[in-house]
Amino acid sequence: MAEIAHEHGHLPAGHGHAESNWFIKYLWSTDHKVIALQYMFTGMFMAMIAGFMAYVFRMQIAYPGMNVPFFGHVSPGSYNALITNHGSIMVFWVAMPVLLAGFGNFLIPLMCGCDDMVFPRINRLSYQLFFISAVVLIVSWFVPGGGFGGAWTAYPPLSAVGKYNLTPMGSSLWVLAVALEFVAFLLGGINFIVTAMNARAPGMKAFDVPLAVWMIVVASLLFMASVGPLIAGAVMLLFDQNLGTGFYNPTRGGDPVLWQHLFWFFGHPEVYVVLLPAMGIVAEVITVFSRKKMFGYKTVIYTVVATGVLSFFVWAHHQFVAGIDPRMANVFTVTTVIISIPIAEMCFLYIATLYGGSITFTTPMLWALAFIAEFLIGGVTGIYLGASGADIFFHDTYFVVAHFHYTFYPIAIIGTLAGITFWFPKIFGKMMNETMGKIHFWGTIIPFNFIFIPMFFLGMEGEHRRIYDYTNFPDLANPWAVSMRITSTVALVVMLLFQFIFLFNFIYSMLRGPKAEKNPWKSNTLEWTADSPPPHGNWREMPTVYRGPYEYATPGRETDYWPQDERA
Amino acid sequence: MTSTAHAPAHGTAHGSAHGPGDAHAPHRNYVKIWGILCALLVVSVVGPMLGIRWVMLITAFGVALVKAYMVAKNFMHLDIEKPIVHWILLVALALMVLLYGALAPDVQKGEGTGWKKDAGFHHSFVTSKPHEAGKHEKPENAEHGKP
Amino acid sequence: MSVKTIATQRASMNIPTGRLAVWWVLVSEIVIFGGVLVSYLMHRLGHPEWGEQAAYTNMWIGATNTFVLLTSSLSAVLAHQAAEKGDGPKAARLLYLTVLGGLTFLVIKSFEWTHEIREGFVLQSGGFWSYYYTAAGLHAFHVMAGMGVILWVANDAKKNQELHRVENVGIYWHFVDIVWIFLFPLLYIAK
Repeated sequence: MAEIAHEHGHLPAGHGHAESNWFIKYLWSTDHKVIALQYMFTGMFMAMIAGFMAYVFRMQIAYPGMNVPFFGHVSPGSYNALITNHGSIMVFWVAMPVLLAGFGNFLIPLMCGCDDMVFPRINRLSYQLFFISAVVLIVSWFVPGGGFGGAWTAYPPLSAVGKYNLTPMGSSLWVLAVALEFVAFLLGGINFIVTAMNARAPGMKAFDVPLAVWMIVVASLLFMASVGPLIAGAVMLLFDQNLGTGFYNPTRGGDPVLWQHLFWFFGHPEVYVVLLPAMGIVAEVITVFSRKKMFGYKTVIYTVVATGVLSFFVWAHHQFVAGIDPRMANVFTVTTVIISIPIAEMCFLYIATLYGGSITFTTPMLWALAFIAEFLIGGVTGIYLGASGADIFFHDTYFVVAHFHYTFYPIAIIGTLAGITFWFPKIFGKMMNETMGKIHFWGTIIPFNFIFIPMFFLGMEGEHRRIYDYTNFPDLANPWAVSMRITSTVALVVMLLFQFIFLFNFIYSMLRGPKAEKNPWKSNTLEWTADSPPPHGNWREMPTVYRGPYEYATPGRETDYWPQDERA
Repeated sequence: MTSTAHAPAHGTAHGSAHGPGDAHAPHRNYVKIWGILCALLVVSVVGPMLGIRWVMLITAFGVALVKAYMVAKNFMHLDIEKPIVHWILLVALALMVLLYGALAPDVQKGEGTGWKKDAGFHHSFVTSKPHEAGKHEKPENAEHGKP
Repeated sequence: MSVKTIATQRASMNIPTGRLAVWWVLVSEIVIFGGVLVSYLMHRLGHPEWGEQAAYTNMWIGATNTFVLLTSSLSAVLAHQAAEKGDGPKAARLLYLTVLGGLTFLVIKSFEWTHEIREGFVLQSGGFWSYYYTAAGLHAFHVMAGMGVILWVANDAKKNQELHRVENVGIYWHFVDIVWIFLFPLLYIAK
């Protein structure tokens, strides 16, 4: 099958431009590690913008009409644009680029023992398209009318008709930005899938591939399969917005519910697209820091594939109150409740992996454990929403907001931080400061819960989403509700302030941290056999693989780990 | 006719058309297949001329399926392609069947409790003003609902 | 332009990476076109009165364009055959014929659309026409993109370089042909 002869990975002619100018090295590179960092830094930058947006709109919610420091007065239109863009940015310009494109680009070639992706130039193109999509989105906030305010779900007719949304230019630019982002990730996804399928190191069989790679590849597959109809739908929405067509206009022979279906047919698999990389990262972290094999490695993979398949059958639970046939709602209730089973099972497998392990509470491990705990809360609250009867009450309330933040935040923030703190030594060749890491951890996790737990209760009291001023709703303007909103907002501000510790730690360690060795965590996977940071081409001599990735604590061995490339 | 031997697993040289693990492409008469495709095209064009609706549909879409199959098999060499490729293509097609099957009961409905969809035809250029819709609607359209 | 990475030359699944990648591109294209066509199908079946509009499309032009694309697929697969034999210049010539076929297709389509627009059938004329122009337009966009990539591959092929790409670009082109094979009855015959 694959050749066993060693490949020489040293720099062939043409790669040897070690002293190329700054522009080529950092902005025009085809090296997967550089592209990974481009995606990660762009994502982190967008996260700061979206976090700031959350701060602004939460201040407006807690103290309606106030002049928000660093922003000013929040008009209803601004409020709508802030919540829309906060959501859109976090999903499309933070979670996707950091988790999928960032970690995917960095880890896949390294964990598979390759010198780069199979199509480095397409890889570069995918980042450039992604960058352009971010620019288009940012531009949309500065055009006449301002940024799009029709919610990240962009339902027509609000999103299609400028007379209704009052942001005709912003709306079109938003759709264009999303469409460009989709194309960028399609290109990137194909690179990931083909690299992981076809370019593995000699000796690396499918079940020797680390879970992080498996998860990112399955996520790319889910993305590719689900985004197509929405790309078609986005083109149709752009035409409705700008060319006077009526794809979503029932008086013109179209159907607004078509958009909802096309959006959620993608939207539901999309949450698994972002979940899977986070779970993959957590799997790598917990095995290393409990010095234990993954419990049920193959089961995890089969479960992930089953979840992926099931994720295509649940989408209409977002449309229970949209006027769909109640019989259709029955079907989707059943499938939605069923899909909680494989995910719960994966959480059990992770807990079983930890059980009996020799656990070290390093910063990455703290983040990984927090992921499991917080995501579990998110998951179980989803079950209430999946039951169509309960959802009739909960839909469009803050219960939903709390649920998806208890899932998305662990994915996009906690999972990301687990990954960054874990692979920082490899990426930058320096160690991060553990004390600062732990302070940042607790300063993030504790406030996080204080932000969103009140929202469950507010939702149960009937507080609607996407309302800019609750003083207009007398039954929601009672002192209890107001105090809950203020609690959330204060907790958010505290949490945001703690992020400066992370920023400082990150930058300081990158520039002046203690030098990292090749394998500071004593992990088995291939990326830890390369230098920290790996050079262009990753290895001078490409590795060969002799075993699976989780051979920890093997009886009879001197060390408690057994790298994949070590000869038997 | 088709070869089942695997080429030795060496790297792709720049000038070679074979990759690792490639079976040698079969010797097919591509022009003959093109001829059959053209004949099928003629069939699908003649079908509507017979005037019977179901004949027209069968020739039109039946021929399309056969032509697509022939192009996929003979031109794209799908018959000697590795099974994994068949699987991923089938999954994509199955997804589209799922998309239709799940959306059609909702989107394909022409009317429901208290509402009916407009045919939505306008002969001349119109802007997207919703209140102008239905102005040019032909009277018989108002009676059409779900078939 | 740049040296091939080692990764590109491996084949753990026993398929050349380029070809595997093209098949994945087709998977993503199936779901994109599938999205448009499924949406169209649901509306077309739910609005039988759209048949009155569909009557205005010209089946003969559609059939001619089908013939043009089928022929361009023939030249594409003959180009592959030439590339297999190592005859790069011949493969390039046949690829140029394929591009010519694509160009012919687009020219015919522009005459067709010009006529229809003059008759008053524009993108905004209603449900059927919106889908007609969008679906065929998306297809035409893929024809143009394909032509561009084929020219780039032919440029290398005539120097006997990267001949494996002839097959891969052909696979893409055949897919574009197959999409049209289905668009033809959907938009031109089923009235």
